[in-house]
Amino acid sequence: MLNTYVVYVENKPGVLTRVASLFRRRAFNIDSLTVGRTEKPEVSRMTITVDADHDQARRIEANLYKLVNVLLVENITNQPAIIRDLAMIKVAATHDARSHVLELASVFRARVVDVAPDSLTIEITGAEDKIDGLLEVLRPYGVLEMVRTGIVAMRRGKSSTTAATTSTGADVTEEDVSHSV
Amino acid sequence: MTTKNMTGASILWECLEREGVTTVFGYPGGAILPAYDALKGSKIHHILVRHEQGATHMADGYARASGKVGVAVATSGPGATNMVTGIATAMLDSSPIVCITGQVGSKLIGSDAFQETDITGVTLPITKHNYLVTHASEVARTVREAFYVARSGRPGPVLIDITKDAQQTTAEFDWDAAKPQLPGYRPDLSPEKKEYEQALELIHNSKRPVILAGHGIIISGAMNEVRDFAERTGIPVALTLLGLGAFPASHPLNLGMMGMHGEAWVNHTIQEADLLLAFGMRFDDRVTGNLKTYASNAKKIHIEIDPAEINKNVKVDVPLVGDLREVLHELLPHVESIDRSEWLDSIDKLKGDAAVRDIQNLPDSGHLYAAHVINDLWRETRDVETVVVTDVGQHQMWEAQYYKHEKARSLITSGGLGTMGFALPAAIGAKVARPEAEVWVVVGDGGFQMTLCELATIVQEKLKVNIAIINNGFLGMVRQWQEFFYERNYAATPLLNPDFAKLGEAYGIKSMTVSGRSQVVPSVHQAQQHDGPVLINFRVEQEDTVYPMVAAGASLHEMIRRPSKIVETAGDE
Ligand SMILES: Cc1ncc(C[n+]2csc(CCOP(=O)(O)OP(=O)(O)O)c2C)c(N)n1
Repeated sequence: MLNTYVVYVENKPGVLTRVASLFRRRAFNIDSLTVGRTEKPEVSRMTITVDADHDQARRIEANLYKLVNVLLVENITNQPAIIRDLAMIKVAATHDARSHVLELASVFRARVVDVAPDSLTIEITGAEDKIDGLLEVLRPYGVLEMVRTGIVAMRRGKSSTTAATTSTGADVTEEDVSHSV
Repeated sequence: MTTKNMTGASILWECLEREGVTTVFGYPGGAILPAYDALKGSKIHHILVRHEQGATHMADGYARASGKVGVAVATSGPGATNMVTGIATAMLDSSPIVCITGQVGSKLIGSDAFQETDITGVTLPITKHNYLVTHASEVARTVREAFYVARSGRPGPVLIDITKDAQQTTAEFDWDAAKPQLPGYRPDLSPEKKEYEQALELIHNSKRPVILAGHGIIISGAMNEVRDFAERTGIPVALTLLGLGAFPASHPLNLGMMGMHGEAWVNHTIQEADLLLAFGMRFDDRVTGNLKTYASNAKKIHIEIDPAEINKNVKVDVPLVGDLREVLHELLPHVESIDRSEWLDSIDKLKGDAAVRDIQNLPDSGHLYAAHVINDLWRETRDVETVVVTDVGQHQMWEAQYYKHEKARSLITSGGLGTMGFALPAAIGAKVARPEAEVWVVVGDGGFQMTLCELATIVQEKLKVNIAIINNGFLGMVRQWQEFFYERNYAATPLLNPDFAKLGEAYGIKSMTVSGRSQVVPSVHQAQQHDGPVLINFRVEQEDTVYPMVAAGASLHEMIRRPSKIVETAGDE
């Protein structure tokens, strides 16, 4: 089963390698990994999806916590969350096909970001299956090139970055503990 | 607080002193030279090793003998990479060491400069944490953090790589004794009330419980608590290899060692248990055998400081994540004494013919068996404070079987990584940590040759370390596997050895060779009475085998026992 983690880490050199290396060392296969900044300069945020069963998922969490630079781990797999992927799709669009492609893009609320004599480049953001859907219908026209960012995720409702930056080794909350076992 | 302007190198030594370090084990080189230059202003004693692997094992031996953090120092590149085996050894056995390496100048990093190695990258998976320090101003905070991380929670090795310029340039030095601020580091987890209640219920409802005593008992200093717990509940105790000494061997509730070379009745007891209380152990595959058949009727309570160990190998019913000593303090007032005589009697019955099969009890055939050596060594040292440091192989298992450890930190051995070459340097560290203790190295002829260069360190430092080489002319444990599983194809296991006694003499170490059973005790006495280090080359039976054995992947109760034919005929050989 695909698990989605949101991992808050200290914004320090080498942290990405530490996290990625942990997955490699423990023989878990990363499906997608994205890293970016948060509203706090000292904190970066990763979204990681991994194929793992229930026990493995808990151990991944516990192992992530063993990294000194990891501040907070949330497994949001079964939580209400907003999950987004961004894709750019360059599709063959000769004169005849062009209007069809444009129509499909607008149905999917995608944007055309580049126009060339025989191709269009379309940008789409959304849940993974929405992007997969667009890709499906564009394929017959000839997908020339595609790039996807991998998913980013945010739990609905309350913010977690605060919890990530205020918890210290000394005062772990009940919630943190249950997260870690 | 007053601050002083100091070089990074001087800050380093000053901080080590403040962490309580009195001795470091190291080897110099260009990239660490500024640190060595500043050593003269420090009270710290530096022990010059002969190979950086030795330095890490010494730091490790020091840590295991004392419970304090051991420190190893090396230069960049080859010096640093030579440390890798020792770091991995410390990692798998949760031993707190801090390794300090020099690094090329920060401007050269990434340029493949002379003796540049990305040692923080190399050691990423085998350190608890590591640091690259590029400014003198970061040295103090980093050392503070490194020691804190190394010794707290589940201990482990931490590496600090310091660029040459960070050692040479100056910064304001300001020591902050407060606990380091590491927002992501949580070493002090503790179980919830509910989990304690569940554990107590399981304990009180069990009929056939066994305590599995591991290294965590020694690390957390919970020996008295475990003893109290066992006595109060009447639960027998089986030990892992690294747990030996955590519970007194002579205690009536002590079952002995479990696992691949554990006694048959101990493994049978575990298989028949209805409750396992895992105290600071991690269900290593050498301990469980086949997981599918492991203690399948037993509920499991796991008291463990590292949450990532919970359900890793064995699914547990109640995890109590926290420091073992603290968790037992919580549990102790609530445990009830229950009459377990029926269970203990049935365990006694499991012992069966074990004594008959014991090589110790066979008539003297004139052959010298390793078991004799170990057993005599135990008899002659049992009344003095002794630390035995073993290497890896058959002799290690015989030591575990025949040396009866009464006290924690009286056995030091590489359990998790099984590192040959560990014993001699680790014993040096142990002797430095506990100069009053009688320190014995028990080492195979194979492993001894991996780090024997450290004999020179023993002599240079005038350390009284006794060395017992269990010389069987083979890479014995591998030969044993070939005997059992590869049709006696002894490929690459016979050893052509030097005359070890002469070799010892060449280093200026009093040395002797012993090949008869009656000479063992006198040779041990001679070693004990001699002022300096002594090396004894014990020429033992070449093709002896460690019994019992659980083949890798077999079930814990499917043990290969000493064949009865040998039991009958050994006397006539
Ligand atoms: C560094 C290293 N290399 C290889 C091994 C594999 N190995 C395990 S036991 C053993 C044989 C040890 O032989 P020896 O030191 O003579 O001790 P004995 O088993 O004869 O007591 C070997 C080669 C190891 N554990 N460590």
